[in-house]
Amino acid sequence: MADLTHFTLSEARDGLRARDFSARELTEAHNAAIERARPLNAMALETAEHALSMADTADQRIAKGDGGLLEGVPLAIKDLFCTDGFRTTAGSHILDTFVPPYESTVTANLWREGAVMLGKANMDEFAMGSSNETSYFGPVENPWRRPGDNRPIVPGGSSGGSASIVAARAALAATGTDTGGSIRQPASFTGLVGLKPTYGRCSRWGIIAFASSLDQAGPLTRTVRDAAIMLSAMSGHDPKDSTSANLPVPNFEAVLGGDVKGLRVGIPSEYRMDGLPAEIDALWQQGIRWLEDAGAETREVDLPHTKYALPAYYIVAPAEASSNLARYDGVRYGLRVEGDDLIDMYERTRAEGFGAEVQRRVMIGTYVLSAGYYDAYYLQAQKVRTLIARDFQTAFEGVDVLLTPTAPSEAFATGDKSDDPIAMYFNDVFTVPASMAGLPGISVPAGLSQAGLPLGLQLIGKAFDEEMVLRVAEALEDAAEFNAEPDTWWETST
Amino acid sequence: MSLDKATVSRIARLARIRVADEDLERLGNELSNILGWVEQLNEVNTDDVPPLTSVVEMQIPQRRDAVTDGAYRDKVLGNAPESEEGFFVVPKVVE
Repeated sequence: MADLTHFTLSEARDGLRARDFSARELTEAHNAAIERARPLNAMALETAEHALSMADTADQRIAKGDGGLLEGVPLAIKDLFCTDGFRTTAGSHILDTFVPPYESTVTANLWREGAVMLGKANMDEFAMGSSNETSYFGPVENPWRRPGDNRPIVPGGSSGGSASIVAARAALAATGTDTGGSIRQPASFTGLVGLKPTYGRCSRWGIIAFASSLDQAGPLTRTVRDAAIMLSAMSGHDPKDSTSANLPVPNFEAVLGGDVKGLRVGIPSEYRMDGLPAEIDALWQQGIRWLEDAGAETREVDLPHTKYALPAYYIVAPAEASSNLARYDGVRYGLRVEGDDLIDMYERTRAEGFGAEVQRRVMIGTYVLSAGYYDAYYLQAQKVRTLIARDFQTAFEGVDVLLTPTAPSEAFATGDKSDDPIAMYFNDVFTVPASMAGLPGISVPAGLSQAGLPLGLQLIGKAFDEEMVLRVAEALEDAAEFNAEPDTWWETST
Repeated sequence: MSLDKATVSRIARLARIRVADEDLERLGNELSNILGWVEQLNEVNTDDVPPLTSVVEMQIPQRRDAVTDGAYRDKVLGNAPESEEGFFVVPKVVE
């Protein structure tokens, strides 16, 4: 039954509907694959029994002919989505015993459409990281390694467990969240498609908050079609999130299968940065030729404030995080470390409960919001953010979509950047600008580096124009013909 | 930008994170590096630029000011490190 894990999500869906196999068989195969993939440390919680019971329900619904969009499809859920009755940790010691008594809107939407939960995926603590090395539950490994070199490679982050488990063919797709690149960068590092929708497309209700003006849920999948199917199931208006967009959800899959003739693709010249590795630039140029060969027009566009997006992000995101994470005080949920008095209890709880990167960001955020510094840092960053958003608006007056690299490098070895926060932050240099402007972005696997690791290209679209992003992504996917898979070294490791 | 130990200590206090004295200097250096790097934003002329308040243009939704949720005290207390007779328990605050 091992072959059942090698379908794409859309193939599995079609096979289930045609009764080629049952949801139980499909789920059993994935439960087994997740167990074999334990050396990757990609899962924070396995829910194999629950998955089988969900699969049986799906089989009954399929038998009656009333299955949803994802009926019987097994998924992994990033451990940032609250799941009713199943431990949800955000990768943090401070929440390592937290069992939510409610379900996030996005996961509730997935279950309504018949999806099956295989378990909760490991992640960087509170989604703060670009390598999945900051999790309290230990680093996640990328299923990809450099050929002939058995050093562990990071899967990217913060949705590293989600990316790793899908790339290892142990889940058909996974949910992720993206604040500054946390879906797109791990997708690039693991040879997957990663889609960050427009801010407001997916409800944030029940997703543990990092930076509320940036956080957005989205899928990690093996194909563009799978991303379209997942997005249709995940998104929709939710009155419980006041920033959720009250817009109809298109059938995103329906836009696929067309062409890109006559579409205008912008190439932002500011993304051609000093020090960009030659192979990343070469792949980008290849991407331009692919889209031109498919009939699209490409043209240079200017996004003059690009270089300021990352430093502005590292004021805005920590500021919002310091506010959001104030709730972890040892009183209502999570870890409590006793102290001499109330304040001492707070301080000991948060010192022990938060890891080093989370503490750094909470303190940066506290500082930039503190009396006397607010205008110099936070207000200036929000003004720069306005300029970044205007840059995109101007560019989109002349083009339909933008094409850029997803990340400035291939996946790196575990430990390579963990001592240098700013070097780590540069992973998100190409993904953060779209996040700051709330725009949809997708990473599509486009090739392998000289060292044999996956590389992605990013498409950025106008607000709420995921359909355009998906159309062009499909053209890139068709041209790239990326079908490499990692060696399954973890299946034999001990 | 370089944060001295007293400033780091004050930030840690505001953030309610206990930092041992011997860690103040290392942490100060880390935070100073990050702040020094973000200060390049001062190069940008933002005269007459309003701060961004919403990334996506939308009307703020309004709703009736009515209770629509609640009545599950035990669920709310279910994850509390310490609770008693339907209340969260905290260390003594008032002498």
